Amino acid sequence: MNEYQKGERILDVQDLELGFNTYAGQVQALRGVSFHLNKGETLAIVGESGSGKSVTIKTVTKLLAPNAVIKGGSITYKGQDILNMTDKQFSQLRGSEISVIFQDPLSSLDPVMKIGKQITETLRIKLKMPREQAKARALELMAAVGIPEPEKRFDEFPFQFSGGMRQRIVIAIALACNPEVLICDEPTTALDVTIQSQILELIGELQRKNDLSVIFITHDLGVVANVADRVCVMYAGKIVETGTVEEIFYDPRHPYTWSLLTSMPSLATSAEDKLTVIPGSLPNMVHPPKGDAFAARNRFAMKIDFEEEPPMFKISDTHYAATWLEHPDAPKIGIPEPLKSRIAAQLAREV
Amino acid sequence: MTDERILEVKHLCKFFYAGKHSAPMKAVNDVSFHINRGETLGLVGESGCGKTTTGRTVIRLYQPTSGEVWFNGKRIDGKLNAEEARAVTSKMQMVFQDPVASLNPRMTVEEIICEGVKINNLYPSREERRKQMYRMLDMVGLTREHATRYPHEFSGGQRQRICIARALITQPDMIIADEPISALDVSIQAQILNILSDLRKELGLTILFIAHDLSVVKYFSNRVAVMNAGRIVELSSSREIYDAPMHDYTKSLLSAIPVPDPRVEKKRKRISYDRRQDYGPDDHPQLREVRPEHFVLMSDSEWEAYQKA
Repeated sequence: MNEYQKGERILDVQDLELGFNTYAGQVQALRGVSFHLNKGETLAIVGESGSGKSVTIKTVTKLLAPNAVIKGGSITYKGQDILNMTDKQFSQLRGSEISVIFQDPLSSLDPVMKIGKQITETLRIKLKMPREQAKARALELMAAVGIPEPEKRFDEFPFQFSGGMRQRIVIAIALACNPEVLICDEPTTALDVTIQSQILELIGELQRKNDLSVIFITHDLGVVANVADRVCVMYAGKIVETGTVEEIFYDPRHPYTWSLLTSMPSLATSAEDKLTVIPGSLPNMVHPPKGDAFAARNRFAMKIDFEEEPPMFKISDTHYAATWLEHPDAPKIGIPEPLKSRIAAQLAREV
Repeated sequence: MTDERILEVKHLCKFFYAGKHSAPMKAVNDVSFHINRGETLGLVGESGCGKTTTGRTVIRLYQPTSGEVWFNGKRIDGKLNAEEARAVTSKMQMVFQDPVASLNPRMTVEEIICEGVKINNLYPSREERRKQMYRMLDMVGLTREHATRYPHEFSGGQRQRICIARALITQPDMIIADEPISALDVSIQAQILNILSDLRKELGLTILFIAHDLSVVKYFSNRVAVMNAGRIVELSSSREIYDAPMHDYTKSLLSAIPVPDPRVEKKRKRISYDRRQDYGPDDHPQLREVRPEHFVLMSDSEWEAYQKA
């Protein structure tokens, strides 16, 4: 296989549609998700829980529950069609080319297996490495992710590690076979801010060193601002806005992105500012609403939002948003206050 | 807000012993602070720093190892007679982190909300109790129809509203909110913060707000106490803590918060903090007033060095 150059599309997901069969009916978890990942970049996917972020990456890594039905679309990794691969074929890629880090480092490690064994396991099975060599490589990995005294820690169990240290071990396991794509599913949500900061630094450092392409799933926009080159905003099984990190933070177009940006206080929010509340909750995805799924919670919704689903409107070569507000005939609303003045202040600041 | 101290905690210690001969785990170590009536004090720190233990010791869920807790001018730690204990429990209420775990799944919302009122016998007649419960539901943005339902029929945000209604029905003077939003989804967190903020204004509530998210604590509190390893290391108005942090730990914690502004965030430098050895017996670490109303934990020698500088 030829080597991929920086900036080339390494992973391409097109019109992915997926449902889960339940007793209540089929839950429409993904309704036409398209995105791509370039070599060497970090793509962040944001959205509230239930928006389909995790399902998307579970589809990419073929870790779906048995009641999932893929109804359409394609996933291409380095020109190979992943979606129609058998499990056996895909297991050649999983772990060695595409690796995943999950949210909770406690539940993704085996509590009764020594840390060293958990790291060497991948190497022994995937790369058929001899025992001594695998141990040497595991110690190397542990040192690389910042575990002090790896020789001593090699023979310890997960419960002897703190949350941050466990997540480092999970990262070491994910990186054991030198993958090309690293998928991080909320890797820092269960951790303290100081630890989160260290883990983000570590992932960034490893990415530069190993030329990794990273998909980063999170709901924390601060984390997005830290790691991402490009951002996809997801809502109710659809990507509603996508763009470079600067486009999303300084020129957001979709009302859902607006509310996400103002719903949590940042250090710059003064105590007098009211937080934007997104009224209601996610629609029932067994029967997705007609029109734009966000319309019922959107105070800028127009008549057409309840009638017809908006297509992706192009704003720039990298920036797209699925909202009727971008239609040439739509009233020009612009970014609402207080977000507008916040962005103006951010842009005015010398960095 | 008045200057009247509704809660005063003096040299509170809570040690846990694992086994007879092991060294104590000093979860809360010589913590002193006060809260004025109508004020919100934020207690912030990483997991394991003792902030939850502090809250739980204040509300008598734990027996303190030493130290004093004064509430409404009365000392409330240690043994109280039934009447005194009732006065404390109805006037000080708690909202817990996880609304799924803190609501009994086999009780209806009405039973959950009215339980405290019943035990404290605040409204003897059933009608009165029910009227009060409806008022509470209304206050937190739920409807009367919700009263007969069970917790599993609600979303996370609604469950947390039930917890708030349950805390408020006894008309408490003070609420201890222990990470009330960290188990909730992002879009719901703002709802709960806004509700707490409205109720605080409406009822003149005093709140001890325990959280690990500094941005939220800064937004929500008048004053902030930063805790690390069982001690309060810095205590000041929320603006001052963020504009002019003094203690190394506070600086490190502040530097770790991601900012939703890519140009700033991509250049953010984390300041690391080495957890030093605990203070020795001769160090006399205590909160020293470095500026008016701004306290920093320093030992005798550190204080001397600071005063010289």
